[in-house]
Amino acid sequence: MARMTYLQAISDALRYEMRRDPSVFILGEDIGVFGGAFKVTQGFLEEFGPERVIDTPISESGFTGAACAAATVGFRPVVEFQFIDFISCAFDQIVNYAGKCYYRWGIPMPVVFRGPCGGGVHAGPYHSQNPEAWFAHAPGLKVVLPATAKDAKGLLIAAIRDNNPVIYLENKFLYRHYREEVPEGEYVVPIGLAALRTIGQDLSIISYGATVHLCVAAARQLEREGASVEVVDLRSLVPLDKQTILDSVKKTNKVLIVHEANLTAGFGAEVAALISHEAFEYLDGPIMRVASLDVPSPFSPTLEMAMIPTVDKILEAARYLLAY
Amino acid sequence: MTTKPLIDKPRLAELNETTLLDLLYYMKLMRAVEQRIERVLYRQGKIPGAVYSARGEEAIPVGSAAHLRPDDVVVSLHRTMGMFFIRGVPLRRIIAQYMGRKGGVTDGRDGNMHMGDLAYHIIAPISHLAETVPVAAGAALAIKMRGEDRVVYCYFGDGATSTGSWHEGVNFAAVQRLPLVLICDNNQWAYSTPLEKQMAVEHIVDRAAGYGIATEIVDGNDVLAVHEATGRAVARARAGEGPTLLECKTFRMTGHAAHDDARYVPAHLFEEWRAKDPIDRYQRYLREQGLLDEEKLNAMEARIEAEIDEAIAWAERQPYPSPDELERGVYYES
Ligand SMILES: Cc1ncc(C[n+]2csc(CCOP(=O)(O)OP(=O)(O)O)c2C)c(N)n1
Ligand SMILES: [Mg+2]
Repeated sequence: MARMTYLQAISDALRYEMRRDPSVFILGEDIGVFGGAFKVTQGFLEEFGPERVIDTPISESGFTGAACAAATVGFRPVVEFQFIDFISCAFDQIVNYAGKCYYRWGIPMPVVFRGPCGGGVHAGPYHSQNPEAWFAHAPGLKVVLPATAKDAKGLLIAAIRDNNPVIYLENKFLYRHYREEVPEGEYVVPIGLAALRTIGQDLSIISYGATVHLCVAAARQLEREGASVEVVDLRSLVPLDKQTILDSVKKTNKVLIVHEANLTAGFGAEVAALISHEAFEYLDGPIMRVASLDVPSPFSPTLEMAMIPTVDKILEAARYLLAY
Repeated sequence: MTTKPLIDKPRLAELNETTLLDLLYYMKLMRAVEQRIERVLYRQGKIPGAVYSARGEEAIPVGSAAHLRPDDVVVSLHRTMGMFFIRGVPLRRIIAQYMGRKGGVTDGRDGNMHMGDLAYHIIAPISHLAETVPVAAGAALAIKMRGEDRVVYCYFGDGATSTGSWHEGVNFAAVQRLPLVLICDNNQWAYSTPLEKQMAVEHIVDRAAGYGIATEIVDGNDVLAVHEATGRAVARARAGEGPTLLECKTFRMTGHAAHDDARYVPAHLFEEWRAKDPIDRYQRYLREQGLLDEEKLNAMEARIEAEIDEAIAWAERQPYPSPDELERGVYYES
């Protein structure tokens, strides 16, 4: 074990896979000489050389399509988007090429698309977005969002070894704010398994990504108030661990879903639909959601903090449900 | 709310003393404002987000924007501060914009250089580089369809020319022969990426060969050269001859943004380009012409400092936007 930040765990996973498997290579803007805008790939150029650490022109669609094709002929490319917001420039290659490739031709496409998502750092409308629902909606893509450093490592290794295109969304607020003991060397977290962050009887809070930590803080507070709350960290949206969700709901009978992406048509709606279909008779209250408001991420801190989920907003919804 | 054109006539020979000094004033104002933002306000924690400056690149927005008539349209980017001044956007509103406060150009909704204001015919960019090029082409299309005598400027960096949007926008404007002036600030770096990793041709203008538009390579550190070349491009646009790509060659004398120490840039390049500083160079020229002396220079610098002090004081008095406003204005109402 080694103490690592969430960011170091991502680097560690990438480095580990590149050392282990020569078919893994990485490409993106400023990832070589500069080591990446957030320094995830610092030292990689020196260790792996310019053929496996490719600094690209500002051509997201171009290098994404190239990576996808390389993945069909024996490579396992990992594409970095400097900010995940710029993944929209490569939407066609990901949704229409990568996502549909195996279904149409039976050709596996082991490629990972990764980059920093999320707000809370006052970066405005174009450096704060949470695009998981765009991609969860597109068949053929897997979508994972680690909330902890251990998962950041284990899920990235799993994503690289997966024979499907995987969208791996890392939260930029967690990069340096979250630190824990992470296993050194081989460590895989299988894609498609949720994790319980707290165990409880009275309420299930279902979340993923950065808001998991807010949910755990809320659960601790509610515990002091006498309630027993279970926090489910989905970790992977596609595929979705339906069993863990349903087991938790059948035990607690109350559900709050929390995510940082905005509410409307967010992934929480999918989870709510699943629960109402498969566990309707177990529910003792409405399925509630806390998410960002349906506005573009504003720059000004006063606006942004009012927009995104907070521990207080989660507590308010949770108390309402507990008293229901 | 439109501004008086700084220089109406595209012919340098017809520039008078006042306008020549104005070019210096705007370049110096731009540098002083950006330095105050980066070295004082940002370090004091008064600016959220990231801070970009264009030290050494001031001649490009200033020399080009000096041709704008009040109803011409501009699509801005992150190294074009001087253009905002010339268009008449009050400095105090720009400072408030950087601080994320009310009274800023976007009232706190977007930050730093992502600003525009249709009252000044400035279209705000989005971050996704060169998505602005098709947008500028669209503004030019509207002008052409209405048969108006107006032009559109579109600013972007060297790196932005590698995007698909840049090429689609330029091609569309070329096919439609739109009144568009494409102004490339080629500072030779896109973040840490040097030109040779950005493109396999030597000049940005080489890219235009595929589109059949006029091009010109310009010394981007010579404000008068930028001014003259822009004048020719504007004249072509007004005459219905279609878009021109101006490649203004310069050098980024800073990191990409305030957080970047630019260690990847060979030190000798900074040395070489410091000697070509556009402000020093133009000051020397004006002195040689007998248009500038110590007294005028001191007065100009004092005026700039006072204007910046005033603008910051005003901006700091503005409130942050109230959370009550958060959900307002996502859709057009009424
Ligand atoms: C489509 C897209 N990809 C990546 C980025 C991140 N990014 C912001 S500025 C920049 C470099 C821009 O270089 P250039 O166009 O030369 O402009 P300069 O900053 O040098 O003025 C990058 C990569 C972006 N804004 N948009
Ligand atoms: Mg550049």
